[in-house]
Amino acid sequence: MPCPAAATSVQEIDLRVSGLAKGYGAGPVFADIGFTIRQGDCVALVGANGTGKSTLLRCCLGIVPPDAGEVSLLGQNLFALGPAARRSLRARTGLVAQKHNLVPRLSVLSNVIHGLLGRQSGPRYWVQALAPAAARTAAMEALDKVGLADLALRRADRLSGGQSQRVAIARALVGNPRFLVADEPCASLDPQAGEEVMALLISLVKRGGVTVLFTSHNVRHALNFGDRVLGLKGGRMAIDAAAADVSPAEMGHLYV
Amino acid sequence: MSDARALPHRFAAPGAVGFLGYLAAVIVIFWSLDSAGWSLDRLVAAPPRLADFLSRAWPPSTDNLGSLAWKMVETLQIAIAGAAIGILVSLPVALLAARGVLAGRLVNTAVRVILGFIRAVPDLVWALVFVVAVGLGPLAGVLAIALDTLGFCGRFFADDMENTDPGPAEALTATGARRIDVAAAAVIPGAMPAFVSTSLFGLEKAVRSSTILGLVGAGGIGIELKVAFDLFDYPTALSVILMIAVVVVGVEQLGALMRQRIMGVPG
Repeated sequence: MPCPAAATSVQEIDLRVSGLAKGYGAGPVFADIGFTIRQGDCVALVGANGTGKSTLLRCCLGIVPPDAGEVSLLGQNLFALGPAARRSLRARTGLVAQKHNLVPRLSVLSNVIHGLLGRQSGPRYWVQALAPAAARTAAMEALDKVGLADLALRRADRLSGGQSQRVAIARALVGNPRFLVADEPCASLDPQAGEEVMALLISLVKRGGVTVLFTSHNVRHALNFGDRVLGLKGGRMAIDAAAADVSPAEMGHLYV
Repeated sequence: MSDARALPHRFAAPGAVGFLGYLAAVIVIFWSLDSAGWSLDRLVAAPPRLADFLSRAWPPSTDNLGSLAWKMVETLQIAIAGAAIGILVSLPVALLAARGVLAGRLVNTAVRVILGFIRAVPDLVWALVFVVAVGLGPLAGVLAIALDTLGFCGRFFADDMENTDPGPAEALTATGARRIDVAAAAVIPGAMPAFVSTSLFGLEKAVRSSTILGLVGAGGIGIELKVAFDLFDYPTALSVILMIAVVVVGVEQLGALMRQRIMGVPG
């Protein structure tokens, strides 16, 4: 189920990365990385362990500062922005991580309401009991989309892995982001649950017209769900092509 | 068996620096023991003197058990009030002390230095200071305990927050949440079990402290102990000591039970 590759010339560029480099002590993890992602694109980022996929994703959201290079996210130079401007830019983005990253002792509903904190600040958005009706309604709708409305008041640490990841998806989408980053969203799930979660995530973002950049170790996921593939190898971008033009064998070379 | 499969050494020989370190530690320990003024005469004389004290103190006095019990209740009140104030104030202070939560490095360091100073001064000394500031009585004790608890809980709450899983905070940061929202919605709920455990330790510490604050006139049962020793009323002194032991052990057991219940981990 590939994302719509609506390749019209008026498409805006949501993410432009150029000359990006990052290292941790011993040497560069990656260097001179450049690519662009257009609005509505669904892009898979693949590469072996330690090639810096997660770091690259975090650089794209400004969570990790790069050593060199520029990131233009939704038309704004991310690292030239002040804290307030960066926050309001991030209110239009979302992150789904491998570990789900829910607050364990809070309810599912509270966790989803947290996804609105980029737009609404203050104690009323910290726990569901205090939240305004509109926020609770929006969170319930998001939970309904991932099929977990009946678990709204369950504690987040009482969920299965697949349920947790679906709640994390609801939290990332409740604020209607335009750009979503998913860092190996299925890595901690069994193949069946991983398949379901991936299909759910892609169908939801497709419906909402959200631009997606996701990483995966599953070659089939990358080729089936992504409409474009970026492949990192040896700290460089080894593949940047439409998913239809990349063979599984080519992908396999990234891991040797 | 080839060389490659030879058994490894059980112990690694220490390097020159490591050996000097061990040597220095042994010297410091013996030097410290030496300064205690060891004297065989005094050590030999101690058991008979202790036996004499116990024979004069036994059986513990039950004459004014009622008034002693009330003094013990006052002691617990000082501990609870002081610990409650200390724990409440600790939360905002710890938010400023925890690295990467609300404030920058400079504020983190400054607050941690102040908390270190508060901890460095013993609770009995804080009680003396507050006796001077607000006069004799339980209020001085409550303030001393509150400050002592702040020094303890402020530091450990901050450590608890720094050790919380950073994932939820990162997820909220990625949606543009403010630092205060990230702290309140992700960091504090994540650290809550550790806060409860630290607070219970704080309360246990407060109960232990509150029993001796009376020695310097800051309220509580300590004054009864001092008066009993001053008047050579050893049976009453023994009653007070036993009472303190029962209450402190009881509170510690209660704390352990609550930690187990609330967090599902033993102790």
